[in-house]
Amino acid sequence: MAEKEQLIIESGDAAQPFKYAVGMHGSKFFTETRDNMRLMGLKCPKCGKVYVPPRGVCGKCFVEMDDWVEVGPKGVIGTFTILRFAFIDPETGQQKPVPYGYGFIKLDGADTLLQHYIDIKDESKVKIGARVEPVYAKERKGNTRDIEYFRIID
Amino acid sequence: MAKRVAIVGTGQTFHKSHRPDVNGQELINEAVQRALADANLTMKDIDAILIGNMDHFEGINYVDCWSVDGSGGVMKPVIKITTGGTTGASLAIGGYHMVGSGMFEKVLIIGWEKNSESDTTGAITTAFDPIWDRQVFAGAISGLAAEAQAYMARFGASERDGARVSVRDRKHAMNNPHAQLRKEVSLEDVLASPMLADPIHLLDVCPRSDGACAVIMASEDSAEKICPVPDWIWGTSAHNTYSYLGDGDWGRLTSMEQCAKEIFKKAGIKEPRKELDVIEMYQPYSFAGLIWIEDMGIIGHGEAPKYVWDGNTDMGGELPVNPSGGVIACNPIGATGLIRCAEAAMQVMGKAEGRQVPDVKFAVSTGFGGCMWTNMLLHGKRKPN
Repeated sequence: MAEKEQLIIESGDAAQPFKYAVGMHGSKFFTETRDNMRLMGLKCPKCGKVYVPPRGVCGKCFVEMDDWVEVGPKGVIGTFTILRFAFIDPETGQQKPVPYGYGFIKLDGADTLLQHYIDIKDESKVKIGARVEPVYAKERKGNTRDIEYFRIID
Repeated sequence: MAKRVAIVGTGQTFHKSHRPDVNGQELINEAVQRALADANLTMKDIDAILIGNMDHFEGINYVDCWSVDGSGGVMKPVIKITTGGTTGASLAIGGYHMVGSGMFEKVLIIGWEKNSESDTTGAITTAFDPIWDRQVFAGAISGLAAEAQAYMARFGASERDGARVSVRDRKHAMNNPHAQLRKEVSLEDVLASPMLADPIHLLDVCPRSDGACAVIMASEDSAEKICPVPDWIWGTSAHNTYSYLGDGDWGRLTSMEQCAKEIFKKAGIKEPRKELDVIEMYQPYSFAGLIWIEDMGIIGHGEAPKYVWDGNTDMGGELPVNPSGGVIACNPIGATGLIRCAEAAMQVMGKAEGRQVPDVKFAVSTGFGGCMWTNMLLHGKRKPN
């Protein structure tokens, strides 16, 4: 049977930029990180659970939270992986540089985990329970990149 | 008036990594035609259509209308449901409720995806929060790897234990002509395959696929007239557990536990390990085949590796899991959850051919996706009370 020609339409290099508002709780968190290098969480007045990232309502108790508490900056690795496969980062449209450490950080005083890069220079130290601290960016702009990564301090 | 609901027909494409020979509507139509033929019905018999995919994969955001040439939904109610990885299972649950409401006698349910048309990992990442989740997140594999790390640390499981699950599912896929990947692998093959994200190797994880699945549900008023052995839906459940990725109880799938408890209580199932005959699980990577059967209550926490190594979940074992080869063998994402439902229905109806488990009285199918979301359906041969 003759090979059929299959016609495909490609979008090419077209870009479609997005602009996301960070919201009232995100604004407080990122302003504190940028200006004071302080990490902030919201504490539930009912169950006492401290949420990072901060959000307005404790999903468990269904009550509004407005009690800001400082957390970290040190913490432990809650869980992690080391990303080794190449993929397109939709944030940049470029290939994400791999390998990199993907950590879920339990900041001291927080009950949920904050996702961030972890330093993997010595992979043997990257373990659940390892102590970490943030390395802040010199120029901070009010987003998650104000922390460059967490480094292991054990 | 609430009605009992049964599946009376199913249809699938022969799933492949790329289907450039058809467009989306044509792909959908292949599954629709097969489901109609299976139920011996025509489009005229269908009262409403539910259709879904993960729309950022194809970048087509009006699939309910756009797909009509393939779905056959001319002058019929058509609703789109899109809930990420759980889409296919959410469609099944939606169909159950539409028919169960008594307002639609026969509903055609369609899940589909052409994952080849865009970058899967990039598209999956856009399903997550742009402010807090996306910077380090790397699609499904990164989150699943974090789950596996946490499970291994909590319960002492090994990469070899995970690989055993992959060996099982890939072996089972040999019996399923619709599966995309039909090649047996050894434990050594899995462990020697490239490390994608520790501890997940290439052969631990699902592919991305082009494919579609269609299921026809009917109420008790017509189900037994259409089909001698319909697949009765005994119950459905949906739970999810977080707002941001870091909220999860990593190493456990609490939504699976919640669904199982709810659905088994509804049906009066006390010992699922003994009372279920087969599970079709939305298990996108090998370690989930350990973690999630514990959360489903089949065995206790930390006991899955031994249970799986002993062959209990293999074909011929106590409780076969994924006779179809499961998601590791084939993953057209918006169809995947519905394929689990269709495969479970085929087991109950006795239509699973080379992958049939003998004498299935109860089967469970599940869906999984972002928000650590679990959907579950309990399928039974006997008409529910």
